[in-house]
Amino acid sequence: MRQIQLTKRPQASKLFAALSPLLAFALTLIAGAIIFWLNDKPPAQAIYMYFIEPLIAEWSLHDLAIKAAPLIMIGVGLAVCYRANAWNIGAEGQFVVGAIVGSLVPIFWPDFQSPLTLPLMLLLGALGGALFAAIPAWLKVRMNTNEILTSLMLVYVAQLLLDWLARGPLRDPNGFNFPQSITFSDAATLPEILPSSGATHYGFLLAIIVAIVAWFVLEKTRAGFQVRVVGASPRAGKFGGFSGSKLFIVAFMISGALAGMAGISEVSGAIGHMQPIISPGYGFTAIIVAFLGRLNPLGVVASGLVLALTYIGGEGVQMMMGVSDKVVRVFQGLLLFFVLACDTLIHYKVTISKGRG
Amino acid sequence: MGIAESILLTIATAATPLLIAAMGELVVERSGVLNLGVEGMMVMGAATGFMAAAVTGSAWIGLLAAIVMGAAFSLLFAVLTQSVATNQVATGLALTLLGLGLSGMIGEHYVGMAGQKLPSLDIPFLSDIPLIGAVLFGQDPLFYASIALTVGTMWFLFKTKTGLTLRAIGDNHGSAHALGVQVQRYRYLAILFGGACAGAAGAHLSLVYTPQWVENMTAGRGWIALALVVFASWRPWRIVAGAYLFGGVTIGQLHAQAIGVPIPSQLLTALPYIATIVVLVLISRNRRLTLLNTPASLGKPFVPDH
Repeated sequence: MRQIQLTKRPQASKLFAALSPLLAFALTLIAGAIIFWLNDKPPAQAIYMYFIEPLIAEWSLHDLAIKAAPLIMIGVGLAVCYRANAWNIGAEGQFVVGAIVGSLVPIFWPDFQSPLTLPLMLLLGALGGALFAAIPAWLKVRMNTNEILTSLMLVYVAQLLLDWLARGPLRDPNGFNFPQSITFSDAATLPEILPSSGATHYGFLLAIIVAIVAWFVLEKTRAGFQVRVVGASPRAGKFGGFSGSKLFIVAFMISGALAGMAGISEVSGAIGHMQPIISPGYGFTAIIVAFLGRLNPLGVVASGLVLALTYIGGEGVQMMMGVSDKVVRVFQGLLLFFVLACDTLIHYKVTISKGRG
Repeated sequence: MGIAESILLTIATAATPLLIAAMGELVVERSGVLNLGVEGMMVMGAATGFMAAAVTGSAWIGLLAAIVMGAAFSLLFAVLTQSVATNQVATGLALTLLGLGLSGMIGEHYVGMAGQKLPSLDIPFLSDIPLIGAVLFGQDPLFYASIALTVGTMWFLFKTKTGLTLRAIGDNHGSAHALGVQVQRYRYLAILFGGACAGAAGAHLSLVYTPQWVENMTAGRGWIALALVVFASWRPWRIVAGAYLFGGVTIGQLHAQAIGVPIPSQLLTALPYIATIVVLVLISRNRRLTLLNTPASLGKPFVPDH
């Protein structure tokens, strides 16, 4: 029986660290072509329509930026969190709670229209997300509860909370019973960056700034050093005098804050009101963004754009070729698989040998 | 059939898929592998089970197809984590995300179609016993399978040499390897078993519980199954207790919604998820005991030096 054999490299391969995301993307394209072919669509044309066409029209580039904004913002937080070895997989819930808390201002105080409205909303959104993320983190540190399972369970709780709020307390009383809040005032709406060109709002710029700041903190400061040390080896962190539990909670709260801020940015910039469903799974897709970006905030900017492209391209092939938009999540899942597999090349030499079965 | 009987019957129906999926994952985790892809394997099982049954007209073939699909899907996880040494947490998540997407795609044309139902197996005479008769002896085939699975797993893990070896690998893969045990072969088989169980659990949803296909119809049950393994402290019989507890919560809240208690339906729907968190907290609080029960190699990568 043939066997895959791994030999540990003495040092992580710099070459493959750079190549692995590209390799993973290439493999996803190949797998995508096969899927299109199986669905009786011309593969080359479909791939072109999916991954290239959105990049050549001005309006779809704006669409790309709008979708990339939440992915990048959440992905940066998750990258920091995963670096600290804290497994927050509930960003989708933190996104929703951030959106809820942030939108309380324009819904209940619609007359509060000042330059402070938006900063206050963003701040509240971040706070909501951070506090919601603090629940699984605190339960882990104080009660030893598995953070993966609790953070995931809280996603369902958050989604159901939003469903109830959007149909109840947050609903527009003059809205003909539609499960929707009032439309946010201009002062509570993230403005477009280049109104003459397209609809990209300031949430995208905010995401880029967040990524740069996170990169700087993670790579250039003592706090970032702590995250990297404790994440790589909790024991070493202990010897260095860093508190693992404190770091764990902080890492969770940072990723929760960014997910919450992404939530309120999305509602304020892209949707304009509250409704029962506000996310096509951004919080889960951002997990893929974080890994594809090699858990590096600047890498996350690139991978956030790539994953945004999978959403836009999916809409494209659905409209033009009648391919189901369900293909989007398949591509995203495959991409994560391939990137994980390719990452092995960084630490191991892979040979296929006649093993001992 | 009285109301008490029908409630007991539906609790068993709600508990069975959780029990089967959790039992499979328990064996996987006992071998030292954490597969977070249960939700993905389960939803793939639900989709293929429904489709195969719809195409062939036989719910039994549907069940078989779901089991095969669950195992095949878990093979992806096995190859990556065992042969390519990827991170188990991330790979399990990938399996779940891919499963949710793939099942949505392949099942798209089957949404809303009337499905096949696995017929219940009434055991003559015994199923006529009042109150417990229908619950114990008038159930769907997977209910009996779940009981057999529990007994079989207990026997395998604690009474056979292979089971002992599997547990030894889970507790210390380094020592097991040094003793000449083929760690990866055991783990491959454990993962495939877990996948087959998750597939069967998914088939229970789409062929017994609600015989239809709806995207994401597992609705977090795979994750609850994972929580059940922790709740059970990796002991098979406690999985049964946990699964029925959750079956009870699920059915209880459904009945509460049906009779229109003045509580938002969303809060009632959230109850099983909240209950999962509460139960996890209660069970994990004792750090020392948890450490003692958890397979020591759980989730840790193992690359043999040939």
